[in-house]
Amino acid sequence: MKALRNYIDKIKPTFQKGGKLEALHSTFEAFETFLFVPNKVTTVGAHIRDAIDMKRTMSVVVMALMPALLFGMWNVGYQHALSTGAVMTFWEVFLYGFIKVFPIIAVSYIVGLGIEFAFAQSRKHEVNEGFLVTGMLIPLIVPADIPLWMVAIATAFAVVIGKEVFGGTGMNIFNPALLARAFLFFAYPSYMSGDKIWVSGMIKGEGIVDGFSGATPLANAAAHHMDKIPSTWDMFIGTIPGSIGETSTLAILIGALFLIITGIGSWKIMLSTVLGGLSIGFLFNIFAVNPFMEIPAWHHLIMGGFAFGAVFMATDPVSGAQTEKGKWIYGFLIGFFAVLVRVLNPAYPEGMMLSILLMNAFAPLIDHYIIEASIRRRHKRAAIAANNR
Amino acid sequence: MSQKVEKEPLFSSKNVKLITDPINVTNPVTVLVLGICSALAVTVKLKPAFVMALSVIAVTILANVITSALRKGIPPRIRIIVQLVVVAALVILVDEVLKAFVYDVSKQLSVFVGLIITNCIIMGRIEAFALGNKPWPSALDGLGNGIGYGVILIVVAFFRELLGSGTLWDYQVIPDSFFIKNGGFYENNGLFILPPMALILVGVIIWIQRSWKRQLVEKN
Repeated sequence: MKALRNYIDKIKPTFQKGGKLEALHSTFEAFETFLFVPNKVTTVGAHIRDAIDMKRTMSVVVMALMPALLFGMWNVGYQHALSTGAVMTFWEVFLYGFIKVFPIIAVSYIVGLGIEFAFAQSRKHEVNEGFLVTGMLIPLIVPADIPLWMVAIATAFAVVIGKEVFGGTGMNIFNPALLARAFLFFAYPSYMSGDKIWVSGMIKGEGIVDGFSGATPLANAAAHHMDKIPSTWDMFIGTIPGSIGETSTLAILIGALFLIITGIGSWKIMLSTVLGGLSIGFLFNIFAVNPFMEIPAWHHLIMGGFAFGAVFMATDPVSGAQTEKGKWIYGFLIGFFAVLVRVLNPAYPEGMMLSILLMNAFAPLIDHYIIEASIRRRHKRAAIAANNR
Repeated sequence: MSQKVEKEPLFSSKNVKLITDPINVTNPVTVLVLGICSALAVTVKLKPAFVMALSVIAVTILANVITSALRKGIPPRIRIIVQLVVVAALVILVDEVLKAFVYDVSKQLSVFVGLIITNCIIMGRIEAFALGNKPWPSALDGLGNGIGYGVILIVVAFFRELLGSGTLWDYQVIPDSFFIKNGGFYENNGLFILPPMALILVGVIIWIQRSWKRQLVEKN
């Protein structure tokens, strides 16, 4: 450790003003702060010093994603084994999934960080850590068989159009990872929707067991094939077809617990999203004009990407609502619209992505009115106090 | 010989600027942000975009010239109506010409030819320029703005058609063997067919233009 510190201190002048590699200043800075806690102190204004900086925050979220990722890798292999009828041991299954998933993660990080570094150099600011989470989220919300170049393009689109255009990390209106998914969804629909793409190896269609359907529970529900929906237990554990990281509600819950305990993710947004989804679910149960409306409201929470979106996407502190009351409204409407889109729009079996993006757009407006209301309330209180004097 | 030249040459530097400025620093689409709706609607393919650009160029020039010629006789209170009549007449002419000579493109453009009437660029140039200038500069101004609009339209359409359909001017550019269904690796990007991508492309053009022409960047 000491040697590393000494080495970094030795090469530091090369990257500082006047040094040979001054242009790569921000790259150096990124690696230095990645290895060691920065000892920089703010010189102007009042500030609170906290042990947790953006890099630590991001690392916590990435750690919270690990259960979903590991389960996702296993499930990719498991679904493949199911579809081909192959008998595979646990490690073979996991290895299959790992080989499928790892390249997606690598591509997402290489492309995204590459663009981040390039922008940081050209704009002469430090490399922002925001992409650490985005780069992990993108692989988790795509199907395992997606061509890698599509991942690369979507990542580039998300980073450039979703983030850098607005000024980089912390300035974006929309969640970049979801933007990448939305891009893929509209650009290459045949690789992002349908019955064949969710199980690895099914597009080629070789050696698929007779009668095996790769349709996700949501697709089955949307098509009113109620008998084909897997058991509640399967959907909760996550042994169902779907995007890599979204299937296991259990793994996501572990991540959610981790986020809540460390205080990184907002439990208000998670809870209100669930409440929103449940409320519209119950409403559908009351009317119940088609079989999809009849499924128990809480089934929506364990199907598709609802849990994943609620825990990891909606709670994005940049694109979500900032005010405490606003978080309740924001989360509730996400859940509400997600289930609404799912049930009522046959073109989009999964509404979570669209509803979070929609509410991302409205989050500043919600915050604005919450702040206005509280200003007005205080004015009123001040006026009453002045009258009583 | 030393007598001052009273008549300005037809292509004096001031007049040339009337054409070149709208193509770049006062571009109606990227700087004034006018005429966006049609830029989104007709740019899926290169051919309709090109025809649309030509139509708008023709209408802006003629509308500018006619209004400029009439400018002393138009009572200010009813000038908008007069302008509308002029533009509407020209648009109907353009529509008839398109129907006669390029029927298939005319069908693709459908309602958007008629909607040239509401294209803000045309009304904007008449109000801002033709009502206060002589016919010849007005014609040049119309030409410049029409080209400025057309250039953006064609650039956007170029990328949308190439990446969205794999064709240019309806000719297959990306070889068939590249596509996944034929054993390749490539797939057309469906997002480029959808209007939002046109908006994003226009945004990217604005971005590029402003990092090139720094004076266009708004303060704050």
